[in-house]
Amino acid sequence: MTTAPTISVQGLSKRYRIGARQEQYQRFTEVLTNTLAAPLRRLARLRAAPPPEEVLWALRDVSFDIDQSNVVGIIGRNGAGKSTLLKLISRITEPSEGEIRLRGRVASLLEVGTGFHPELSGRENIFLNGAILGMRKAEILRKFDEIVAFAEVDRFIDTPVKRYSSGMHMRLAFAVAAHLEPEILLVDEVLAVGDAGFQRKCLGKMRDVSRGGRTVLFVSHNMGAIRNLCGSCLWIDGGRLNQRGPAEEIIGAYLRSLSDEDDGAVGERRFPDAPEKGFYLSRARLVDERGEPVSAFSCDEEIRLELTCRATRPIPGLYGYLSISRDDTVVLVSDSQDVSPNPLDAVEAGEHVLRLVIPRRTLGAGDYSVYVNFTSLMSEGGFQVDSPGVIGRFRLDDFGTARGNSRLGYFSLKLPWMIDG
Amino acid sequence: MEHPPEISADPHNPGDPAPVLTVIRPSRGWLAINLREIWTYRELLGFLAWRDVSVRYKQTVLGASWAVIQPFFSMLVFTLFFGRLAQIPSDGVPYPVFSYAALLPWTYFATAVTSSSNSLVGNQQLITKVYFPRLVIPLASALPALIDFAIAFIVLILMMAYYGIAPTSNILWLPAFLLLALFTALGVGLWLSALNAIYRDIRYTVGFLVQFWLFASPVTYPASMVPERWRTLYGLNPMTGVIEGFRWALLGTGDGPGPMIALSAAATLCLLLSGVFYFRRMERSFADIV
Repeated sequence: MTTAPTISVQGLSKRYRIGARQEQYQRFTEVLTNTLAAPLRRLARLRAAPPPEEVLWALRDVSFDIDQSNVVGIIGRNGAGKSTLLKLISRITEPSEGEIRLRGRVASLLEVGTGFHPELSGRENIFLNGAILGMRKAEILRKFDEIVAFAEVDRFIDTPVKRYSSGMHMRLAFAVAAHLEPEILLVDEVLAVGDAGFQRKCLGKMRDVSRGGRTVLFVSHNMGAIRNLCGSCLWIDGGRLNQRGPAEEIIGAYLRSLSDEDDGAVGERRFPDAPEKGFYLSRARLVDERGEPVSAFSCDEEIRLELTCRATRPIPGLYGYLSISRDDTVVLVSDSQDVSPNPLDAVEAGEHVLRLVIPRRTLGAGDYSVYVNFTSLMSEGGFQVDSPGVIGRFRLDDFGTARGNSRLGYFSLKLPWMIDG
Repeated sequence: MEHPPEISADPHNPGDPAPVLTVIRPSRGWLAINLREIWTYRELLGFLAWRDVSVRYKQTVLGASWAVIQPFFSMLVFTLFFGRLAQIPSDGVPYPVFSYAALLPWTYFATAVTSSSNSLVGNQQLITKVYFPRLVIPLASALPALIDFAIAFIVLILMMAYYGIAPTSNILWLPAFLLLALFTALGVGLWLSALNAIYRDIRYTVGFLVQFWLFASPVTYPASMVPERWRTLYGLNPMTGVIEGFRWALLGTGDGPGPMIALSAAATLCLLLSGVFYFRRMERSFADIV
């Protein structure tokens, strides 16, 4: 066994010139006239290091080591530098500073089906894509049948890929990639597409890959997948390595940071004591299936609402009302009176925790606010009851359908499509 | 200077193949050509070239006959206008064979230059998603036109038979001139593909360039039309050497290998080497700007 880390990153930085980034390529004539007009100025500008305000550090002084057979997740917000990190490690682009040492063959999967040509058949694309990903022809030949079986496209293997459905296309592309055998595998958000069944298959395959002694770096926004696959996590924020540690811990910290930052989008909210009221809310929490307060869920997770309430005395006819809105439109309403018997009716004094669960695949992707109100049927009797109003917000992401977050509508239900004959 | 990947053996694990150690650092200045790395990617080179060939003729009615149509019709037009109307001399061989023998390497050159100039931009999806030596891309796109060349060559053999022209032992030189054509196309293609990635208007100039270059090369006229004292200098155009060499090897016209062709070969070498170094210098930023 080697003692040296498989991946060793030291002081890694990547600098972009902002001008070069916005205007990706230049027009030759512009450069020509510029050059003719002010050759010295132009020359000086090319020679000198760009002034600091024109520079964007996509990655700044990142250092870490990863030992063999580790599966490490990379999380962080969009634009934090996760993809830049993978691009640097896979040598697609050069670092501006720092050093990376890699022990072993590297394969990067920054996209599924890189280099697929629509005019070529499935068979031809397996060879082309395999070669692009760094497989030898002999290796592809050896694994060919396995790849076709994994992709479940055997009947269409000689059909041009442009006639494939997007699902078949995806499956074939992933099948090729899944049969790579590098020592180091870099994967970027490729599991965010495809149906749940295939996703599960891919995750299973990736788990096998990591068991085979390979080192995997996995970038994803899908916390479920990261949790499933990765032992540890790197959290990149603003181009810097923010935290590193066990996956559970880092994911938790990351999700909490998202809630703190986003005003109103809190996973947990406390309310001041109000003993003058007969019934009041002291804490509201949005938690995931593990009981962690979060403000972002995937459509394939349950959304659990925990309302900690205090009753100073039993209130007859008390009921709770919950509504969930998106874009100021109420999309879901629940009333404790719909449950019989109504659990709040004359609930005895003391602290109670109300639990509500929005089942998986109910609401569609989007931003939601949660409104809660308590009322007594007999409130005219003068019983003071709390009406807390909007107690929290959450975001829902759809990782489990073909269209994902771009799916329209308020629901994420998957309807069965049945066909006769 | 470049830091080539170091290979380190693992003393603790003699049974297994030692893991390859790759060190990635920012590179500075001019980079050396890493021929060994290109060699390890030879299969990818082959696959990319094969892709271009097989995609080119998919969904075409006439398929591979396009490889013949282009030079053949150019030959007809040239024969009519330059051979018949303008009475341009053709070194003593029938004008159709004279021009077709030149159009073979010329068509190869023009096709290869055009496709390799656009190759980086056309393959930006690959460049931004996978690593491999970038030289593979313009290299692979200069190869498919060789297939067209081979197909069109059959027509030349038929034409030579028709006009009763027997090849001499000069024909043994033909591969050398074909290689010269390949290197010239590659040299120009490397320059233009790298420039095109940075300055997108290069694409529009390639057409002009190729057109002007056609008339600057002895395709429609023999190099012997150029005044004696300028003739050697005329070899500065690398395609002069290629075309005159082709005619000499196939039809026995012209002077054969001499100062003019030697100068062309030297020009080709300069073009190719400078192209490779310029490409390598710009290569590190391709993924960021393409």
